[in-house]
Amino acid sequence: MPIDTSTLPKQDVKLSKEEVLRYSRHLIMPEVGMEGQLKLKQAQVLLIGSGGLGAPLGLYLAAAGVGRLGLVDFDVVDSTNLQRQVTFSTKDVGRKKAEAARDRLLGLNPFIQIDTFETRLSSENALELFKDFDIIVDGTDNFPTRYLVNDASLLLGKPNVYGSIFRFEGQVTVFGAPDGPCYRCLYPEPPPPGLVPSCAEGGVLGVLPGIVGSLQAMETIKLILGVGESLAGRLLLFDALGMRFRELKIRKNPACPLCGEHRTITKLIDYEQFCGIRGEEAPVVTTGIPEITPRELKARLDRGDDLFILDVREPHEFQICNIKGHLIPLGDLPKRVSELDSSREIVAHCRSGKRSADAVEFLQKAGFKKIWNLKGGILAWSDEVDPSVPKY
Amino acid sequence: MAVTVILPTPLRVYAEHKASVEYEAHTVGDALDRLTAAYGDLKKHLYTPDGRIRSFVNVYLNDEDIRFLKQEQTPTKAGDTITIVPSIAGGAADASARAGA
Repeated sequence: MPIDTSTLPKQDVKLSKEEVLRYSRHLIMPEVGMEGQLKLKQAQVLLIGSGGLGAPLGLYLAAAGVGRLGLVDFDVVDSTNLQRQVTFSTKDVGRKKAEAARDRLLGLNPFIQIDTFETRLSSENALELFKDFDIIVDGTDNFPTRYLVNDASLLLGKPNVYGSIFRFEGQVTVFGAPDGPCYRCLYPEPPPPGLVPSCAEGGVLGVLPGIVGSLQAMETIKLILGVGESLAGRLLLFDALGMRFRELKIRKNPACPLCGEHRTITKLIDYEQFCGIRGEEAPVVTTGIPEITPRELKARLDRGDDLFILDVREPHEFQICNIKGHLIPLGDLPKRVSELDSSREIVAHCRSGKRSADAVEFLQKAGFKKIWNLKGGILAWSDEVDPSVPKY
Repeated sequence: MAVTVILPTPLRVYAEHKASVEYEAHTVGDALDRLTAAYGDLKKHLYTPDGRIRSFVNVYLNDEDIRFLKQEQTPTKAGDTITIVPSIAGGAADASARAGA
């Protein structure tokens, strides 16, 4: 069903001569024309995620002349991203994704405005962030954020162009159309962590998000122009291996707590809890493992104590955030233990304190006596000492 | 009557990597029972311990969600397709699986 875009504010917007030339292939199509191109220029689209899906989304929406793009991503470019996140170049490794994407997109089309939001989307900031945009595009990679994006878009009355992928399959639809279903109509609850087979073997075929993200870009442009038939009410399934597209109906669920007849969700909730992540996180068992809290560590460092910080996470985690520790991933510790000086006091940390507890136990058995585990890991460091350290 | 059950990628690993299977079945529930009888590991991914289809798994008969038909009692006819569509989120499962790390 086409979404009525006539409510987009009509400003005194024109195309420059350069823009007319740039968009000539749009302008000569009756389905777009000058009127359509001006609608694109006035449109404000927020892309949640500048990764695999965000790459084709950003590129094609920028190319099409969408006047304002918002990019929400707190992550940093990693070389493992380059297999599919085609907005980035090798020289961008280590840069913030939102900034690198903005540079690329402005290079493609300098006539548009790009705003970056290098922040973790949360219940505290989502409504404020979304309110000035017309369309929200979900290019995220986790369940809590998908429910958050859905709920925030629905509460603000904005369409949510949804795309998701898993290995060789993709799903695309448009949620939040007037009288249309929302994400909760389709999936009232997320899978509990650990139950859906994880990407434990890794990955995704790099080109898959390229295809799915391009489909999302197409749907976004159609919504702005008000042409064609949107995917609202339809779930497009793409099977890359069989090279088949199928379509299933998504019905609005009258019992949906967010958009149904008796709405019980009227504000944003704790999505991590909803997705069971906090609930599932087992308390870290550290009996017998010497611990130091982030506050205690900070106090000792401020005092000038000579402490060696050992980070046992993976390199891509180090890229997200770090407290300048010496990185030896847990799996490599046995063969790299010679890099450590057992005469120094060592504080081991990981993301939440579990892997580093294993590291401390290993090092104790190897004869290290001055070794502590950072309780709660870098997550607790972010909570208690330095909130500028992003959590992941 | 022969119906085809299409398996989504995340679940194929539990069904000898088959993308689809065919069963003689009169209802959707019948076909799913035959599926989980043939591939026992699929059962816990599709059903809760008390025997209900998990809420993050949708089952379609042709292009209609069975929640809006007769659930597992939805009758099938020859040539019908049952599609299992679980919730997917991309690179995600990694993030949530690492929650305890």
